[in-house]
Amino acid sequence: MKNSMDYREYMEKTDRVGKIWIWTALVVVLMVPVAICVYYHAWPSGQAVLKGLIGVAPIYWTVGVIEVITYTPMLGTGGTYLAFVTGNLTSIKAPSALNAMENADVKPGSEEGEVISTMAIATSSIVTTLVIALGVIGLSALAPILDSPVLAPAFDNILPALFGGLAVVYVSKNWKISLAPLIFMVVLFLLVPSLAGSVGVLVPVGVLVALGAARIMYKKGWL
Amino acid sequence: MNFSTNSSFLYVLAVCVIIFVLAQSVYFLVRAYRRGKAIGMETAVLKKTVLSTAVFTIAPAISILLGVVTLSKFLGIPLPWIRMSVIGAITYELPAATSTANALGISLSETITDPKVYSAIAWVMTLGILPSIVLPPILMKRIQGGVIKIKNKDSKWGDIFMTAMFLGMISAFLGMVFADVRKGLAGFIPIFVLLVSALIMCICGLLIKKCKMKWLETYALSISMVGAMIFAVLITPLIV
Repeated sequence: MKNSMDYREYMEKTDRVGKIWIWTALVVVLMVPVAICVYYHAWPSGQAVLKGLIGVAPIYWTVGVIEVITYTPMLGTGGTYLAFVTGNLTSIKAPSALNAMENADVKPGSEEGEVISTMAIATSSIVTTLVIALGVIGLSALAPILDSPVLAPAFDNILPALFGGLAVVYVSKNWKISLAPLIFMVVLFLLVPSLAGSVGVLVPVGVLVALGAARIMYKKGWL
Repeated sequence: MNFSTNSSFLYVLAVCVIIFVLAQSVYFLVRAYRRGKAIGMETAVLKKTVLSTAVFTIAPAISILLGVVTLSKFLGIPLPWIRMSVIGAITYELPAATSTANALGISLSETITDPKVYSAIAWVMTLGILPSIVLPPILMKRIQGGVIKIKNKDSKWGDIFMTAMFLGMISAFLGMVFADVRKGLAGFIPIFVLLVSALIMCICGLLIKKCKMKWLETYALSISMVGAMIFAVLITPLIV
């Protein structure tokens, strides 16, 4: 019982410090355009910003809301507060948290899961930031290599390259739960290929299909 | 005031933001590590988590750097550097810049010279990602409370619930790979890449289990990902 109290205390403290960091991050993020405007005396017209925003906000705000609801239970409290500041959730943060929890043999949502997920997300944030920083320093030398058409297919295919390996581990261990969402998604993308551009919106759809199918199988005693 | 998309002022701004992101990451890393030790987790497991994740992150991080390269052609380096280090993703930043440029009737084929256009783009990039930073602290308690409720009610279902969530996410990305199959053989490249990645992972799994190469666990995902990316480089010129 004492341990569970400790855990609750730890989580409450994590939530508190997480909130301080993320609200500070909000100020830092907003300070960037403010500083640019003040330093260069270049406040843009509200109309220009609004017009630009109308082109992207409806879809990205929707994706933002969906991502918060979908990824928070998976990444845990500390991991969520960090991952949503540092970004690149689907290509780096969620897979690294998932892979780390699998390797450490801990369950998402447990205290050990919270520790491992947070450590994985923090490590990947640090490495990503450092790689970008080093890349920026050597950009003049690196740009022609990174931009070369020879390497383009490697980066164009980074998501299938990542999710192929990840799927083997997860799908093979949980093939019964995987079947319904996998079939649903493959058929959906075959029928409506244009949806590939809004895969972020489809993550919760996949989650709902997986949860629905898992619930039915669980009730029937198949899991 | 002379404006340049690569001015030292903008670099200073970028460095400040980067230091903040690093500070937050290091804080959470140290805090989680200490907690892990306090609840009796093995140091080796914690260290392996750091090493494995660090190695795995390098390739996707380079693809993000590629995003900085793309955006730097018209926005200079500092702003893309900031945006790609905080919340950003190329899938958002490029449309945000394009949308604003279109609204202002500007072409993004050359570097921006008007500070007002630049600041408008900076604002759109920033405001567009706000929900990702504002909502977690608002919704956290409700979402995590819901998860705890599910787990307390039925712990077995709680575990299945979390696994199903991850599988739902993985399924969406696996399904996406099939989106281009109507484009002919070239549209199958992502599927081939996916299969090669899966195959390499299977081989790694066999080596770990049959040959007792436990150390490989740390690098299996990185090896399968980079191996599949190399395969993409080799196969694409043959098909396209």
